[in-house]
Amino acid sequence: MQYHKPENFEDAVAIAAQAQGLTRFLAGGTDVLVQLRADIAVPDTLVDVKGIGGVKDITRESDGGWRIGIAVSGAEMTEHPDLGRDWPGVVEATDLIGSTQIQGRATMTGNLCNGSPAADAVPAMVAVGMSVSVTGPDGTRRVPVEEIPAGPGRTSLAKGEMISALHIPPRGAAGGDAYLRFIPRTEMDIAVVGCAVNLRLDGDTVAEARVALGAVAPTVLLVADAADALVGTTLDDKALDALAEAASAACKPIDDKRGTVKFRTHVAGVLARRAAKIAYDRARSTRT
Amino acid sequence: MSKMHITTTVNGDDVEFLCDPRETLLDVLRDRLGLTGAKEGCGTGDCGACSVTLDGRLVCSCLVLGAEAEGKRIGTIEGMAKGEDLHPLQKKFIEHAALQCGICTPGILVATEALLKKNPDPSETEVRYWLAGNLCRCTGYDKIIRAVLETAADMREAS
Amino acid sequence: MALDSLKSEGFKQVGTRPDRPDGFDKVTGRAKFGADATAPGMLHAAIVRSPHAHARITRIDTSKAEALTGVKGVVTRADFATGLKGENWNILENVMAGDTALYDGHAVAAVAATSPLIARDAAKLIEVEYEILPHVTDVDEAMAEGAPVIREGAADKSVPPGLHPNVVRYHESGHGDVDKGFAEADLVIEDHFRTEATHQGYIEPHACLATLGGDGKGELWCCTQGHWNVQKICSALLGLETSQLRVTASEIGGGFGGKTTVFIEPVALALSRKTNKPVKLVMSRSEVFRATGPTSSTSMDVKIGMKKDGTITAAQGVFRLQGGAFPGAPCEFTAMCAFAPYALKNVHQVGYDVIANRPKQAAYRAPGSPMAAFAVESVIDELCGQLGLDPIETRLKNASKRGTKASFGPTFDQIGLVETLEAAKAHPHYSAPLKPGQGRGISCGFWFNHGGETAVSLALSEDGTAQLAVGTPDIGGSRASMALMAAEELGIPYENIRVTIADTATLGYNEVSHGSRVTYASGLATIEAARDAVKKLCARAAAKWGIPEDAVKWENGCAVPSGPNAGDFDPLPIDQITKRMGATGGPIVGHFEATPEGAGVSFATHIVDAEVDPETGKTSVVRYTVVQDAGKAIHPTYVEGQFQGGAAQGIGWALNEEYIYGEDGRLQNAVFLDYRIPVASDLPMIDTVIVEVPNPGHPYGVRGVGETSICPPLAAIANAVSAAAGVRLHELPMSPPRILTALEKQRDG
Repeated sequence: MQYHKPENFEDAVAIAAQAQGLTRFLAGGTDVLVQLRADIAVPDTLVDVKGIGGVKDITRESDGGWRIGIAVSGAEMTEHPDLGRDWPGVVEATDLIGSTQIQGRATMTGNLCNGSPAADAVPAMVAVGMSVSVTGPDGTRRVPVEEIPAGPGRTSLAKGEMISALHIPPRGAAGGDAYLRFIPRTEMDIAVVGCAVNLRLDGDTVAEARVALGAVAPTVLLVADAADALVGTTLDDKALDALAEAASAACKPIDDKRGTVKFRTHVAGVLARRAAKIAYDRARSTRT
Repeated sequence: MSKMHITTTVNGDDVEFLCDPRETLLDVLRDRLGLTGAKEGCGTGDCGACSVTLDGRLVCSCLVLGAEAEGKRIGTIEGMAKGEDLHPLQKKFIEHAALQCGICTPGILVATEALLKKNPDPSETEVRYWLAGNLCRCTGYDKIIRAVLETAADMREAS
Repeated sequence: MALDSLKSEGFKQVGTRPDRPDGFDKVTGRAKFGADATAPGMLHAAIVRSPHAHARITRIDTSKAEALTGVKGVVTRADFATGLKGENWNILENVMAGDTALYDGHAVAAVAATSPLIARDAAKLIEVEYEILPHVTDVDEAMAEGAPVIREGAADKSVPPGLHPNVVRYHESGHGDVDKGFAEADLVIEDHFRTEATHQGYIEPHACLATLGGDGKGELWCCTQGHWNVQKICSALLGLETSQLRVTASEIGGGFGGKTTVFIEPVALALSRKTNKPVKLVMSRSEVFRATGPTSSTSMDVKIGMKKDGTITAAQGVFRLQGGAFPGAPCEFTAMCAFAPYALKNVHQVGYDVIANRPKQAAYRAPGSPMAAFAVESVIDELCGQLGLDPIETRLKNASKRGTKASFGPTFDQIGLVETLEAAKAHPHYSAPLKPGQGRGISCGFWFNHGGETAVSLALSEDGTAQLAVGTPDIGGSRASMALMAAEELGIPYENIRVTIADTATLGYNEVSHGSRVTYASGLATIEAARDAVKKLCARAAAKWGIPEDAVKWENGCAVPSGPNAGDFDPLPIDQITKRMGATGGPIVGHFEATPEGAGVSFATHIVDAEVDPETGKTSVVRYTVVQDAGKAIHPTYVEGQFQGGAAQGIGWALNEEYIYGEDGRLQNAVFLDYRIPVASDLPMIDTVIVEVPNPGHPYGVRGVGETSICPPLAAIANAVSAAAGVRLHELPMSPPRILTALEKQRDG
């Protein structure tokens, strides 16, 4: 295994583009090193991105949105004074990944690029409409987060391409997001089901909504029917029932060691309902 | 396979070592530097027995490459006591029998020291969640949590 | 032993809570555990393991591995002794497969190299060809007609004719007439229960450092619960003379029964012999899960009859235990413990030891008993519920006490079950109000406890301090208990005792630290060794004073005349005697070597409050109280620690821990991420009540406390879940999908 620590994205991309065999980018390493130790994926080339300028920065953009460096850890997001006020769901979802120790290293970028259908940060990222900058040999392009995962362990990134920044849109007024996951313990588990809800209110009525589900399909799902169930409602019981039904209906899960098809389908509805209530309360509390 | 030459700081001491790029910081600490206080309980970041600080940040040393230590400050259990004076957490852990077999103890002490630096007055729930990545199979955590809460109170009073 | 020396009060040190002698080492990282040892010129080893549940090994090609730079040697089964019989043969088969791999993770070859990475790379280069055979991993399926036969001829004579060859041992016991008893009952409940295998889950993986030369002399350092047992087994497996292999126990990072046997030690020794260098071998976590002993999985049927007043009229149980590919699942313990808490006129129990394509089970804290308690205490709870009876009063009504003929045969001496039930009833927890959605469960539990071969030596130093050498590894603070007992007898400060876990060359045979025997047996031996030393001290004083030895007694660390007639001499302190021991007859050392057989049985009663989320089936344990009889608590803090640790492991077993096998017979969750032991945020504080009903078989009344605490939690939580959610779970773990399914079934009528 060759270890590289380039100082800019151009060099990083060049190393990755020219590398033979398996290439991995190293940010927090909390997936890469586990796979290395377990002989699941032993890279021939490892590109440590932490020497690149700006990768540890959390920056508010002029439009009120946020730019998150690709090596920003979960702990750094949680500790940021303003990010969590705008996007509590995104910060909490990232904070749910692993232990305190994992939080000291793990990044949203890594969570996305690991390609796990059960990634905690990804449903939250999708629900709030995040995008990523993808830098490759041919330059940089913006891609919506939901277009990155291509299936368990796979992404849509081409050889030599890497994510170079994460972008969160401006929060704006009267909005709220939330992420909940189900795990058998209180910590340290992989999500059996995850659900993120992001919405904006007009008065007490939901004006816009996005609902994303994790661990119920080969990739994270953005569920339009679930969002439609919320829009135009004040989140009454009928709306919540419709939301839960739409969320469950969208599930295409598998039976595995972590959960069953039946359980995941049911709990997706339960979590959608609970997450929607939190997001709605958050939106109401930021209305003024 | 060619080795990498790494220069770093461990418990305040300048340290140099050679390592294979695949070696973790835990491998380096234990096998190359003779610091066997950090333990490998899982190798996958699930048990916390290898907890150390990296530039003051609590991490699992099994999930850090030795190569990543270049230019960093590493803190391990071996640096917790000052000479023969134990850290208040170490004293309280002995007093409360917050350890039985003791294999998780170095990791838990490093983790709780990091907690109290960040939050000198944690609630029971905060301590429990902070330590969720430090598995202990002997104690049921009860005496560990009590030792941490009591040390925090003592340290607040002393400061 | 003579019990005229039983001491039950007036303790000066026993019962206090001093700092443990090895505390400093363990909080500073200085303590040396299994993987912390090194030796000059040391090699590192890795093991190649079968990816198949059941397969004939048709070819092993080690040439590519041996050609790798840095590789110094490879071993396979051909490098071990032949002609072994009985359990030695089983263990050899387990540590290195012969012609057949019997489970996913079964060792088939091993390699030693100059670095851990080279060893791992080399292991990947060893080519093994397999012919895959049909497999079975479930206990009921393994007993069923047509199941693949795992090992022909493995059954012993206890098995009745007509059973599947995978049934390898059979147990039956009881007394009275159960049919008559059931006929007398007002309500009879019979139910079927299942539990999955769980792992001891010690945080320290097995590790050892072996040195063995062509001269047949060896040194072995390893984390073990019993190094004499390691010595005995390894020398047999390697064909060595037992005394030529010296084994030193490292500090041990948890065992819970799982480190009472060997897995990697013979392999490291074989590699060392082959390479003529020290070899270090450390398991990875996934190797620990795949290839070391989990518990048995079980399938159980329990039937109990009760009168309206709560009297149990008859009880019957069938317990089928799957213990991996080798005989040894503790079916007799399960059967014998099942009904032990209750005084029964009519009781009958049957146990089956069943082999399957899983790793060889190992002891886990009260092996076999927790599963039995899960089934039995669930049925009792159901009977109480349907008859409208208080669960504690009902248990009190039927509780075993002194003079009760135990369900498994003997008559109980002084025991403390009634006292634990009374203490539980009086505990504020039992009457505390519950919040909506919460339920309370209680359960009793039982474990035999054990004595076993024990040797202890206590040598006095010139300055009047003492070095105590014991042979039972300190897993949870036992050095503190030993030092307290020695200090109590010698009348010197606790700090003046240095306790060492001696190696196999230093003491006579010591049985493994198991059966909750350490504080009981090594403690008894320590007391007797101290008394032996005191006798010698008194003799020196007698000689100095010129009076008979029996005219001197020992008080507060001094020799004193035993009465006014003995003479008028000032007390002679211990250091005044030891200072001159060289000139007065030589070193003063107290000894004890025996097999104490008075380990008092132990009972516990647990109370638990649980909350069930009706929408997800997730259970939270919100309050927990352990009440257990310790006989006499030598160091009460460490006794509490045993209670709490057992409860926590039981909570994990009840709710989330399980071995999950795929259709292919491979273990799917061999990491802590998916083998879900309780984390700190999963648990509440665990309250403890130490009941002390002295054990007549120990000089201070000690009963073992390490194991009983894991017996009640499984049923206590099942009973709490039943009370909270209105559904009775018959299968462990009570995972959210299972509870949700049960809730749905109930809703659908």
